[in-house]
Amino acid sequence: MSGDILQAIGGVSPETKDKVVEAVGVDKYFGAHQVLKGVSLTVKRGEVVVIVGPSGSGKTTFIRCINHLEKIQKGRILVNGHLIGYRERNGRLIEDSERNIARQRREIGMVFQRFNLFPHLTALANIIEAPIQVRGVPKAEATETARALLARVGLADKANSYPAQLSGGQQQRVAIARALAMRPSLMLFDEATSALDPEMIGEVLEVMKELAREGMTMIAVTHEMGFAREVADRVVMMDEGRIIEDTDPNQFFTAPASERSKAFLARILR
Amino acid sequence: MNFDWTEFWKYLFQPTNVYLHGLWLTLSLSVVSQSLGTLIGVAAALGTQSRFRAIRALVAFYTWLMRGTPLLVQIVFIYTALAAGGIFRFEDIDLGFVVIPGNIQAAIVALSLNEGAYMTEIIRAGILSVEHGQTEAAKSLGMTYFKYMRRIILPQAVRVIVPPLGNEFNAMLKNTTLVSVIGVPELLLATQMITSATFRVFELYTVVALYYLTLTTLWGFVQSWLERRFGEPSRGIAQNPGLIDSLRKMFTREPVR
Repeated sequence: MSGDILQAIGGVSPETKDKVVEAVGVDKYFGAHQVLKGVSLTVKRGEVVVIVGPSGSGKTTFIRCINHLEKIQKGRILVNGHLIGYRERNGRLIEDSERNIARQRREIGMVFQRFNLFPHLTALANIIEAPIQVRGVPKAEATETARALLARVGLADKANSYPAQLSGGQQQRVAIARALAMRPSLMLFDEATSALDPEMIGEVLEVMKELAREGMTMIAVTHEMGFAREVADRVVMMDEGRIIEDTDPNQFFTAPASERSKAFLARILR
Repeated sequence: MNFDWTEFWKYLFQPTNVYLHGLWLTLSLSVVSQSLGTLIGVAAALGTQSRFRAIRALVAFYTWLMRGTPLLVQIVFIYTALAAGGIFRFEDIDLGFVVIPGNIQAAIVALSLNEGAYMTEIIRAGILSVEHGQTEAAKSLGMTYFKYMRRIILPQAVRVIVPPLGNEFNAMLKNTTLVSVIGVPELLLATQMITSATFRVFELYTVVALYYLTLTTLWGFVQSWLERRFGEPSRGIAQNPGLIDSLRKMFTREPVR
């Protein structure tokens, strides 16, 4: 795997706003159950934020709110200074049109736990699909970018393979390339290595680390503490729908502030 | 037994023009109605998932009505009853190079509407068979509803849709006989017209049965090719065998790859 993944898409996004994500007082309910309780988080350009926490703490739900795969009931989330999923009318938030939401999602790459590659398309076709269909990039140009991305994630020879012919680790690297091909200014990783066999976790983490080093703004929900320690600028600990700690990794791993963080670390680092 | 073999062979292998025209009508009515029915089915299947209650109710009413009444009643209702009630009369349409008689239009409308109701359920099941993660991935890449339906979801739903679609077309080939009651001279009515002149009922109905059997058998081959072609999208369409190849292997009883 060679470095400079982002070179394949012309470097980091030219977006200039300093705050990429600004979430303020986000409440989210599933029925009567409140999964997010006043979550606020700001992520600056180039920052790598790792969200950790026990299962059911709301971390996955929270990053799914950032590209409006989940609706929120209170608060607001801005990406690159624009309200996500909603627009304001007379001081009230109403859900935005499908077209506008789709337009905002172009700027936000997402990598899923279960890869979610399109099984009827080859690796290459998976990557060029959205640039061509959504951004209107000419096919030749999209293909060139896709090949460069595949090469940088170490899969140059797998362009014509179908997802079913790839290992989990390879599929997830294609999925990362697919998200990057849209030239996002923010990447969300939702437990990107949790569904992988242990021997394949490393190859995916390598790509994620490389992206982090190259200056991609990232929010990653993960249980990989090594990743957090190595490349995270901040570690955010969530528990029962709240952020209970937001600090630098060194501090978090050596001297966690709360008892719950200590207990969580004791369990996960065992 | 009163069976004239000479007549039988003659009608089987030297069909008259009336008969050939009937065969053409049977085939073209089936293909056109199945195609239109499938299009109606796609639209109605998407309608079942609409966020507007009125659209969902409309689709539910449509499938309830079409599946709850006999096709034969629908055919007569659409052509004869609507005209008798002064609501709508199918008039011949002159396209310049060909005239489409009113009863054939009514036949297509009835068969398509009826088929659409069954296709709605089949296509709905196909769409629901596609993992929800596919929709989320497509959305996260900035695709809008119609784009991801067309590019991502429906192509994957085809795998589940094709086998029952094949059965539907088999039924369609045979159901076209019902439009003989409104005077569309398809195979059955052609047979009736010939028997009324020749009285060779036994021979001619044997022949017509063999014609339908041939049609459905040939379709069976196409169907198993289609299922192979679309059966496993993950393996890739480009690598799947062609029609001729499939047919050959079907008869040599070797599994295709």
